Amino acid sequence: MNPGAEPLTKTTCPYCGVGCGMLTDGARLRGDGDHPANAGRLCVKGSSVLDTLGEHGRLLYPRIGQRRVSWDLALDEVAGRFRRVIEEHGPEAVAFYVSGQLLTEDYYVANKLMKGFLGGANIDTNSRLCMSSAVAAHKRAFGEDVVPGCYQDLELADLVVLTGSNTAWAHPIVYQRLAAAKKRRPAMKVVVIDPRRTATCDLADLHLAIRPGQDVALFNGLLRWLHDHDALDRDYIDAHTRDFQAALDAAGDQPLAGLARRLGLPAADLGTFYQWFAETPRTVTLFSQGINQARNGTDQGNAIINAHLATGRVGRPGAGPFSITGQPNAMGGREVGGLANQLAVHLDLEDAAHRAAVADFWGAPALPAEPGLMAVDLFQAVADGRIKAIWILATNPVDSMPEADRVRAALEACDTVVVSDCMADTDTLACADIALPALGWGEKDGTVTNSERCVSRQPAFLPAPGEARPDWWALCRVAERLGYGAAFDYAGPADIFREYASMTGLARRFGKQLDLSAAGDLSDHQYQRWAPRAWPLDGGARCFGDGRFSTADGRARFVACAPPPAPDTNHRRPLLLNSGRLRDQWHTMTRTGRAPALFSHRDEPFVDMHPRRAAREGLEEGGFVRVRGDASEALARVRLDRGLGEDQLFMPMHWSDCFSGRARVDALVPARTDPVSGQPAFKHTPVAVAPWRPAWHGVMLGAGAAPEVDYWARIPLDREMALDRYVLAGGDPLDPARFQDWLPAAAQWLTLDDPAAGHYRRAGLDGEGRLVAWLALAPTPPALDADWLTRAFREPVDAAGRARLLLGDGGDGGADRGAVICTCYQVREATLREAVAGGADSVAALGRRCRAGTNCGSCIPELKAFLA
Amino acid sequence: MTARRLVVVGNGMAARRLLEELLARAPRRYRITVVGDEPGAGYNRVMLSPLLAGATGEDAIVTHPAGWYRGHGIRLISGTPVTAIDRCRRQVFTGAGHRLGYDRLVLATGAAPRRLALPGADLRGVLSFRDLADTRRLQGLTPGDLVVVGGGFLGLEAAEALLRRGHRVTLVHGRDHLLNQQLDATAGARLRADLEARGLRFVLNHRPAALEDDGHGAVAAVRLDDGTRLPARAVIQAVGIEPRVDVARQCGLALGNSGVRVDDTLQTFDPRVYAVGECVEHRGRTFGLVAPLYHQARVCAGHLAEQGLERYHFEGAATRLKIGGIDLLSAGDFRGGEGDQVITLHDPAGGYRRLVLRDQRLVGMVLYGDVADGPFYETLWREGRDLSALRLKLPFGEAACAPSRPAAAEEAAA
Repeated sequence: MNPGAEPLTKTTCPYCGVGCGMLTDGARLRGDGDHPANAGRLCVKGSSVLDTLGEHGRLLYPRIGQRRVSWDLALDEVAGRFRRVIEEHGPEAVAFYVSGQLLTEDYYVANKLMKGFLGGANIDTNSRLCMSSAVAAHKRAFGEDVVPGCYQDLELADLVVLTGSNTAWAHPIVYQRLAAAKKRRPAMKVVVIDPRRTATCDLADLHLAIRPGQDVALFNGLLRWLHDHDALDRDYIDAHTRDFQAALDAAGDQPLAGLARRLGLPAADLGTFYQWFAETPRTVTLFSQGINQARNGTDQGNAIINAHLATGRVGRPGAGPFSITGQPNAMGGREVGGLANQLAVHLDLEDAAHRAAVADFWGAPALPAEPGLMAVDLFQAVADGRIKAIWILATNPVDSMPEADRVRAALEACDTVVVSDCMADTDTLACADIALPALGWGEKDGTVTNSERCVSRQPAFLPAPGEARPDWWALCRVAERLGYGAAFDYAGPADIFREYASMTGLARRFGKQLDLSAAGDLSDHQYQRWAPRAWPLDGGARCFGDGRFSTADGRARFVACAPPPAPDTNHRRPLLLNSGRLRDQWHTMTRTGRAPALFSHRDEPFVDMHPRRAAREGLEEGGFVRVRGDASEALARVRLDRGLGEDQLFMPMHWSDCFSGRARVDALVPARTDPVSGQPAFKHTPVAVAPWRPAWHGVMLGAGAAPEVDYWARIPLDREMALDRYVLAGGDPLDPARFQDWLPAAAQWLTLDDPAAGHYRRAGLDGEGRLVAWLALAPTPPALDADWLTRAFREPVDAAGRARLLLGDGGDGGADRGAVICTCYQVREATLREAVAGGADSVAALGRRCRAGTNCGSCIPELKAFLA
Repeated sequence: MTARRLVVVGNGMAARRLLEELLARAPRRYRITVVGDEPGAGYNRVMLSPLLAGATGEDAIVTHPAGWYRGHGIRLISGTPVTAIDRCRRQVFTGAGHRLGYDRLVLATGAAPRRLALPGADLRGVLSFRDLADTRRLQGLTPGDLVVVGGGFLGLEAAEALLRRGHRVTLVHGRDHLLNQQLDATAGARLRADLEARGLRFVLNHRPAALEDDGHGAVAAVRLDDGTRLPARAVIQAVGIEPRVDVARQCGLALGNSGVRVDDTLQTFDPRVYAVGECVEHRGRTFGLVAPLYHQARVCAGHLAEQGLERYHFEGAATRLKIGGIDLLSAGDFRGGEGDQVITLHDPAGGYRRLVLRDQRLVGMVLYGDVADGPFYETLWREGRDLSALRLKLPFGEAACAPSRPAAAEEAAA
């Protein structure tokens, strides 16, 4: 940093649950070398977060219906409607649906308002879709929702088991810490358990391509194997746990060979894994959505924890089960009680003593004694009309819920839907009766907790755009209008944090680990300068290392885990669809969708499948596939991937109706949930596939909205000009004239017409000779040099080169250079192939030749694939 | 061997090219006499439009001064027509009384402007634009209203040149777009708009019905078929040309529908008599552009030099023209017929291209405004290559159709 330049603000990345520290002022950005999570590194999403800022596409003013209104009017309307519904139908008829994107302070206020004052428990969160199975597993085993370990354990471990986690893409910085540790200590072993061969397998000494949904059988088998090979820690089991025998009995005693067959694994590999696990005291099992998002997600979590309890490997340096969260503040939400079946600060609704303590602390008139509805049931209740008013904050359930089309229908039919969001064009906002403009990252002020319980600040360093306000502020103003002003009279987030931190003293009183009470009297200044710290504030980096747990008797519980259910594919739906994150995208793209560079890795919605499966179904790379589930249908591109089983598919979770016509994977997912956690089974959707062969393909630039065609995908090209590339395809006969409806007016239209070949191109120019619209229609996908065309939207094109605009490339004939592999330096496949042909034989050599992989390193697994 | 006698009837561009080709092959084979009805030496007819527009002078358009003929031992008789030919005695008679014997005779009598067949067509001030004399007459007009009849090349060039001389010019064309023999409707409309922007006025889809007398035997106005009256100090008729075949007919040579019939060696019915240029009819086709004339001259010269192996075949020359600074190129079957495939590329403020494909081969085209790729398309057209692999890039010209260069390492360099 230049001496004398403005100091950078310390903040926390808004993306995944790793929770990396950042230094920024909105123009400059770098990793925070002092933050314990990342020590200065950032992944590609984090590195490009500044590209997602700006007023374009933001929701700037409150509105009722389509009418812009004042905040006062909007808040009066929200309060009035909620009051009427509660008066007429009781507190069970209102709901909040919140998000792991909220800051802890916002979350705390929402939970306090619903459970403490409105008197209902219908506040659930998108963390239900993400982490609730891990929460339930933690509570069953430990008596509290606690991740015992910390990231450092991954570096200290001698064996790291990654299961249900494409860590390389979903949690890149944790993955890179692991990769660096393994490089330092090559003896360290990494086992990846995943039906897919993902980028994470790059690091694996052993990849167990297990059949989907069979993790309980694998870990039950491990428990039995440890028992049979005398590898249990009997002393630990006796001193610190209960119910071991029941768990062992439930684990069955299938011989290794039979079990391996059932799991779809070579028996030798399975035996190797069990052997390694048995002989490695320092073992961490890191698990994520592949474990949580299943019909038996909670059992899957407990089966993992069982193996760790049985070997005494919990909360010790380099040893423990490690649930890694998806969202930046899923943990914070869990702490404050933002799930329908929690109360607050790790206390339980069903426990009268807990309720009394909380009611007393809040001065709350009426606390519900029953859990509220969990997400899937909550939206079902909206559909049934049992819930008549819902306030959705910072989340996009129309895309992210299972049977998402039914969620949309439910919201459209609901009397009162309030949506607080920072973006103006989410699929959920389209259902809102009242829309409230929220602050985004960099504007809002508060704290988040990452996967290792580390509480970090996200301060405001940018002005609020338009009339956007903090969510806590909006919640408090509604509370005030409903007559609870005294309990919601916060001066700012520091005030809320102090109250929350003090409240965690209750948790400690009931024997919980959650304890931030030492921060209950922070000054505003101290709050502003809060350095990242893990809870319990007065404890070490790990919990339960002493064998004392948060249960009444201090002992952990083994949980008897039933064998996994058989896959529910059938002859009509013979394939299992898995879903997950991409390396460069986040959730429903409401944020990453603003950064064009993040589309260069994958730009259109797709379905991965094995080449043999594709051949059998008549599908080919880059072609279109219809994916039919019981709930809905999707249309996406085919990508061939030998890393999948032949009866499996993978589809990214990110595409919403804002980015493609029919690619919301969650619309396909049936609303089946884990019986304990209520978490939907996103990972195993029975589907069928069929090819779709369009009559024509197209590309459109400059359109203000997606055209009504069978297939479209929107790919942002330039943020400042709000320029998008629409990729189009249709099955109907082509009528080039109708596309004019979606293109802007132009001073002049350049045209290419070749009706016999089916080629039509249009380039619209303004008076200065700048492109304002571009359209190509053809029987095969039109090629274009998007960068070159984008420049023509910015700079006038001289008359001589103008006709060439229709060709869509500036000189190299539109040669397809392939996907961008290194997003940081925009290095494409062709460049990498050339570098390899030119003698680059290592990742380092590739980096020297074309810089690929030398910034964030997220692409290194893919770079290795080029060298293979 | 004693030199044999060659008489060339006509001293236009085809005749002179023939002489050049012949001199290059067999400089002393013939004693040559050239008879031209225009006075003076040889000039470039193509340059008459710039001359009329004032863009060049008479001296500058002379290509073959009298000294050139002398220097090559050629006897030039100019300013007098050939009036008769006696093929039995092998003699040529001129209006000035020459009697010229020949062993070989070449007819290069060219073509004459077609005249309007209208009441008043013989009034004073009804002019043509064919030769140097016509040009001088047009140059002598005092500024005023003029009407040009005919929206072909000659009419457009005359109209544009006269506009530059300060006249108010209206061009009347009976078809719905200009240059309908060379352009499709889109290019024709572009041409009209571009020339209108320069000040020309157009009346399309109408024909003159009569020319009005000013009462003193001179033209005063053009009356159109819809009754419109266009005042005109002079009327320039540019409604096409006809091969000049009077002497050929007189001497009994075989004629086709309109020209002197020749075979592939440019020989007429009489083996001692050849014919080249606009007076010729070869395989049913007559000619008006310079490129095929030069080709004929080359083939004919080869045969006169008695080294003739070449045969003339019509190659389909592309018509390349510049009117008022606007480049055009037209070739082949640019309209296209049943089953043909038409590609158009249009920049309303730049170039227009129309390419007609038959069985994936280029059979015709129109280029308007930007003809830089003309040679590229002409080559494709002549070669008759299968163009399916270039389909999308074809209208973008040679640079786009060139094999894409090896992927650049721009990204690496960035």
